Amino acid sequence: MKKFLLSSIIVIIGITFIGRLSYLQIFRTAPNQILEDSAVQAIYDYPERGYIYDRNGDLLVANQPAYDVMVIPREVKPLDTLEFCSLLGIDKPKFLERMQKARIYSPRLPSVLVPQLSKEDYARLQEKMRKYEGFYIQKRSLRYYDTHSGANVLGYISEVNETDIKRNPYYKQGELTGRTGIEKQYEEVLRGVKGVKFIQKDRFNRDIGPYKDGALDTLPEQGKEIRVTLDKQLQEYGEQLMVGKRGGIVAIEPASGEILALISGPTYDPALLVGRERSANYSKLHYDTISKPTWDRALLAQPSPGSPFKTLNALIALQEGVMRPETTVQCYNGFFVGNKKRGCHCGGGLRNMNTGIFKSCNAYFAQAFRKIYEKYPTTDEGMDVWEKHIKSFGLGDYLGYDLPTGRKGRVPDKAYYDRVYGDNRWAPSFIISNAIGQGEVSATPIQLANMTAAIANRGYYFTPHIIKEIGGEPVSDPTFTTPHYTTIDKANFEPVVQGMADVYTQGTAKWLQVPGIEIAGKTGTVENYTKIDGVRTQLTDHSLFIAFAPVDNPKIALAVYIEHGYYGARYAGHIASLLIEKYLKGEITRTDLEKRMLEKTLEAEYAKPYSGEEFKINEYVW
Amino acid sequence: MSGKSVFKRVDWLTIFLFLILVSIGWVNVYSTTFSEESSFVFDLSQRYGKQLFFVGVSLISAFILLNLEAQFYERFSSVMYLISMVLLLGLFVFGKNIAGATSWYDLGFFNLQPSELAKFTTALALAKYLSDIQTDIKRVKDQLYALLIIFIPVLLIIPQPDPGSALVFMALVFVLFREGLPLYYLTIALLAVIIFITTLMFGTIWVAISLALLIAVFLLVKKSKFKVPLFPLILFFVLSLVFSLSVNFVFENVFEQRHRDRFSLWLRLEKDPEKLEEIRKTIGYNTYQSEKAIESGGGFGKGFLEGTRTKGDFVPEQDTDYIFTTVGEEWGFMGTATVVLLFTAMLLRLVYLAERQKSDFSRMYGYGVISILLIHYFINVGMVTGILPTIGIPLPFFSYGGSSLLGFTALLFIFLKLDANRLNEWL
Repeated sequence: MKKFLLSSIIVIIGITFIGRLSYLQIFRTAPNQILEDSAVQAIYDYPERGYIYDRNGDLLVANQPAYDVMVIPREVKPLDTLEFCSLLGIDKPKFLERMQKARIYSPRLPSVLVPQLSKEDYARLQEKMRKYEGFYIQKRSLRYYDTHSGANVLGYISEVNETDIKRNPYYKQGELTGRTGIEKQYEEVLRGVKGVKFIQKDRFNRDIGPYKDGALDTLPEQGKEIRVTLDKQLQEYGEQLMVGKRGGIVAIEPASGEILALISGPTYDPALLVGRERSANYSKLHYDTISKPTWDRALLAQPSPGSPFKTLNALIALQEGVMRPETTVQCYNGFFVGNKKRGCHCGGGLRNMNTGIFKSCNAYFAQAFRKIYEKYPTTDEGMDVWEKHIKSFGLGDYLGYDLPTGRKGRVPDKAYYDRVYGDNRWAPSFIISNAIGQGEVSATPIQLANMTAAIANRGYYFTPHIIKEIGGEPVSDPTFTTPHYTTIDKANFEPVVQGMADVYTQGTAKWLQVPGIEIAGKTGTVENYTKIDGVRTQLTDHSLFIAFAPVDNPKIALAVYIEHGYYGARYAGHIASLLIEKYLKGEITRTDLEKRMLEKTLEAEYAKPYSGEEFKINEYVW
Repeated sequence: MSGKSVFKRVDWLTIFLFLILVSIGWVNVYSTTFSEESSFVFDLSQRYGKQLFFVGVSLISAFILLNLEAQFYERFSSVMYLISMVLLLGLFVFGKNIAGATSWYDLGFFNLQPSELAKFTTALALAKYLSDIQTDIKRVKDQLYALLIIFIPVLLIIPQPDPGSALVFMALVFVLFREGLPLYYLTIALLAVIIFITTLMFGTIWVAISLALLIAVFLLVKKSKFKVPLFPLILFFVLSLVFSLSVNFVFENVFEQRHRDRFSLWLRLEKDPEKLEEIRKTIGYNTYQSEKAIESGGGFGKGFLEGTRTKGDFVPEQDTDYIFTTVGEEWGFMGTATVVLLFTAMLLRLVYLAERQKSDFSRMYGYGVISILLIHYFINVGMVTGILPTIGIPLPFFSYGGSSLLGFTALLFIFLKLDANRLNEWL
């Protein structure tokens, strides 16, 4: 009996140990051993972020050095805090707070005390740094912008947060990533791949040489430079014209789908989001909820397309054979839906397709729209056909361009109306506003520009895109080189294009002609409403314009959307003409137009709904 | 010529296990104390070089010990015991202080630690006394004599201070149990330990409640058969409560904060996780680091000389008391499990050998050997893997240190000699 007592104890101890060891070494062992190992430190070598050039090789974005003041809390010796704070340009409470934060993060590892000193501050601080033990200056690379434009489309970079790290384990605390725009879209290309060196540490965290003689170390892979499709000059000029206005402009090269300019107003200098003032500036921009400078209206605004949408209805009417170019419609300064009259500004009279387009006759397009639906036995079928045609122009869809934000816009379908009005409880008269682009349909400026490009190409478009070359190699992504054909036959475009050309020669935009360039365009004056103190209130119409030029060999197609700019021919029309001239000629001959656009602002108009007083809309004088 | 035949009769299995353990031990000492500058294994300026030298000395000693007359050990056990006690006593005058403990004689080329040698001499003396024809373990007086033999070195070692080594001698009480000391002593000791721990963990109230419940259950079960005298039960209850209360008193007033912290950590008494973590990283630093290092070894380890924490000296005392950490980090679970199995095998083998002795002296000494090896192995591996509080004693055959390696070798090989001689006992 006693013999077995000791033997059992020996065996029980053995089993206990094996159990404990298997718990420690098999169940609790960490998967990513080397990075968890406190005896091994990974030191990263960050490659320089790739530059960004415009379509002509002009520099847009490069890098500049910046200097972070780092601290290793444990090595800090007593110091003259006040003097040091004044050198750093921060106050004492802030200094103490950051020191505390650094200590909590780790007493032994470096933390950023003051990020991104300017070169001047760095020069001043550098000599005196030796006095302060435990502090040192670390150089890093920041973005440098060789332009004051394109803030939204270029995007910005900022430090990764917890979510980024969780989503992509490549990133470590304190690293930078593209946050919006091109910087985000082409993050991996621009970023390159960081290199890593593993260093064996002792328990005092001192270096004792490379881990495994550097067998696991990797070299950094340089970030690639990219060339984007933007035209720096056009982009900058467009932003100048947008000063004091809100809205979005998208210009596309129809033959390729390349985005020539992507302008959102109001905008800001991209340099604001670099360096020490970054977070203050970001807050200022981000919390400006009235003019929303960080909200890219060119990609995100979804106004009703207004009269430019008439061109599509004209094309569908021709394609469906319900109208011929010479078919006429009588305009009674308006048209009747049941016994309710809807107005028209065309002046009244007999309209055919050509005059219908260039005078933007509502009555003509209401009739065309009605006829499209009447061709089919039920409204549902008519709706399906209409929807399919509209969508073939890329409306109601994200389009698939290579920028990280977008909106779908809306092409209403029967499901939509069933939801709004109840199953089958709606008729063409309910949706007649879509004939003139005022109904439930809505589109983003880039969708309108793309639609214009499809008309310019007479029947197809390429997915709009911003990338041209990566690391010197032209990008030939089939997504961007495969034409998307519309459902409209090529022949049917000519009458519509002619109507759009006549908009310039004799129609709503005849004051905007550019000598020597044949332009096709279409104005849009879009009614819109907002809620002020819960009351639905109409505001001054949006000014909208689509255009392409030259008519016979289009080089540029664009859509201009100016919030509350009233007539399409006013702000949007002016800006469109100026941009076309600038792009095609490189200089402006219509200096009268240019002067007016550079000087005029809409700030007074934008202030109206916030004034708290009664206000007039659509004021004729400007 | 018994000397000639000793190699035929000696238990080669134990020697084989001994050689494997010593080899694995040395390989790990090498890896732990290895430096890039000098990798010549016989370099006596390096710890692994010194340890290799002591392995050689130990093997020679083992050879000599096997070739001495078996009767020598029994006959001279008292003398050896006395010599070792004198050596322990001499430390108070001539001792050399290393890391706060005066446990060594400085012999120039090496430091002798007499407490390591006292382990086998005490085991011999105890066996000698118990096997004496006039000793009756059932007699309280003889029990006290036997305990005296054990407690003299304990009393001499505690003031060094080296509580770990002192604790080791207590293990010799096992021999007494094997030889007939009533088991209820063990029961009482065990109960005391349980009350100690439960008092610290749950408080005296809960100890009282659970004891009362236990007694009630005991009464209910036993009542039907015969009348149970209530008085001893009440006495037991009262004594337990007094003990429990005194545990509280001692813990709060006699223990120092560092002792309290060790228990706080071991029994997870500290409920605030932040404070617990703080204790883990200060008082429990060694254990924390060794646990982490063992954990990082995973199933198959990082490989010989590849242990990052070993190289980084994250675990203090890693070549001595924490040598098992190196096994864990560099050889993984395969390595640690192998070592645990080897120790288990050796100890079980020794139990078998002890039980087959014809002479009482040999058997009793055998049990002494097992007790001492077992408690070292149990406390050391338990501490390094974080299931026991920190008590610094070496891992037999593994830890760096000439005295301990020599001591353990002598301990083991004297027994192997006795075993080899068992058939001649009647002569």
